[in-house]
Amino acid sequence: MNEKELVKDLDIETIREQFPMLKEEINGRPIIYFDNAATTQKPLIVLRALEDYYYHQNANIHRGIHALAERATAAFEETRSKAQVFINAPEKEEIIFTKGTTEGINLVASTYGRKFIKEGDEIIISTMEHHSNIVPWQILCEEKGAHLKIIPINDRGEIMFDEYEKLLTERTKIVAVVYASNSLGTINHVKDIIAKAHEVGAVTLLDGAQSTAHLDINVQNLDVDFYTLSAHKMYGPTGVGVLYGKRELLENMPPYQGGGEMIKEISFSKTTYNDIPYKFEAGTPNIADVVGFKYAMDFMDDFGKKQIREHEDEVVKYATKEISKIDGVRIIGQAENKVSVLSFDVDGVHPFDIGQMLDARGVAVRTGHHCTQPLMDRFGIEGTTRASFAVYNTVEEVDVMLDGLKRIVSFMIQ
Amino acid sequence: MISIQEEQEKIVEEFAILDGDQEMANFYIMELGQKLPEMDDSDRTEQNIVKGCQSKVWLISENNAGVIKYFADSNTAITKGLVSLLIRVLSNQTANDIVNADIYFPVKIGMSRFIGTQRSNGFASMIKQMKIEALAYSVITE
Repeated sequence: MNEKELVKDLDIETIREQFPMLKEEINGRPIIYFDNAATTQKPLIVLRALEDYYYHQNANIHRGIHALAERATAAFEETRSKAQVFINAPEKEEIIFTKGTTEGINLVASTYGRKFIKEGDEIIISTMEHHSNIVPWQILCEEKGAHLKIIPINDRGEIMFDEYEKLLTERTKIVAVVYASNSLGTINHVKDIIAKAHEVGAVTLLDGAQSTAHLDINVQNLDVDFYTLSAHKMYGPTGVGVLYGKRELLENMPPYQGGGEMIKEISFSKTTYNDIPYKFEAGTPNIADVVGFKYAMDFMDDFGKKQIREHEDEVVKYATKEISKIDGVRIIGQAENKVSVLSFDVDGVHPFDIGQMLDARGVAVRTGHHCTQPLMDRFGIEGTTRASFAVYNTVEEVDVMLDGLKRIVSFMIQ
Repeated sequence: MISIQEEQEKIVEEFAILDGDQEMANFYIMELGQKLPEMDDSDRTEQNIVKGCQSKVWLISENNAGVIKYFADSNTAITKGLVSLLIRVLSNQTANDIVNADIYFPVKIGMSRFIGTQRSNGFASMIKQMKIEALAYSVITE
């Protein structure tokens, strides 16, 4: 089967049927959900898995000897194996469950960072980072007397690679960048960024919050040291994320939090820590949502990332082309290579007004700085209106948004 | 002089014509905002910003022998319209009447439905600020 035929097989109506939320009405109109970069809606297969867990599997995991504990543990660990395959990690022990991308980054900053970052060391991030890939490093730098260096971006919203190379020195210890920008949609050339960082002996972290739902993720091919993601941005439940780390790095890192599950032996004089991944999973985890997450990955695998991406690409390209025809619209983020994010600014119209007027038509978009204030400063704006598309969105839905947008623009400039 | 209650009744009537259409209501609010007299640039200061609003709202007031006059502006069109409604109701009233005013028109026109929780909270902050300023004048007058 060639590529074109595969794309034709992606029946959006059938996909939409699997998302009960898409049948909701807002202000008497069918909901048009374009806030997928914030969180996606959940398919039936995930919702049913959550229900099934509480109906038939609920028990605390790992230490239990009884049948239910076995069942819950098996389901929980099955997600770990699935995640390993989903991002092509070499071993399942390298998959650590977290609350989400933010916690993954904080974990690395406060364990790897605490042990290995010294005064005068340098950490590199980019201008387009989400606050959660800025603040943990700022805290670490302040604590250790280390320095945070920022890679500039060009007007299209792309990392300036030659400027990045200039920042790299033998003092660079960590390079942490976003794979795909939540505000701009830019897909960064992370493989090259990682390779260059390794040349000076730095470890690398990728913020995969926006990339994992759209791109094929292969951590071995990228040769990345740490990769973080959030389940809820890829059709899974909220409150679950994954931190992937290379085994030798994870084994040399001190624990993140102390508690149950993360110890091997404990006495009041000495405690020995458990092996990875459990060393980093203190306390009872978010079992039900971890179990549900497996089905979100199954859902994506059923269609294939390539087909999902091609459909989303068609929607975002159509939206980009049509919105450009509206007077006063400036697209923020015009990188060559983008995920399905369309951020824009309308001359003389505040994003809050656009967001509210679109909401009146049942169209959900996000407005504001999108937790990337330094990036907004770079473009000299307070914020944008952002439409971000998922596999269930259509060009017909885009037309409804554009129609609403045209009305507000013509009202404001009359 | 039209009373606070009479002005609120007028607003309720105007919105009744819109028949709960959220989009029309928002357009109407923005239209009202456009009619608000321009505020001097020099009054758009950090000090005059109403705290608790997501959008920027600048509010100033003046006291003419116990009658309070408000001037306001906002960086967003809908919020400017919302504050213009409050100015219609509360401006040119006595400090005492403003402090004791029962602002019921937002509930009657179902405002929270079409402006959402965040903007509703901001709207409440505007009412509070206007009352605080009136209260300060009434204390001075006493």
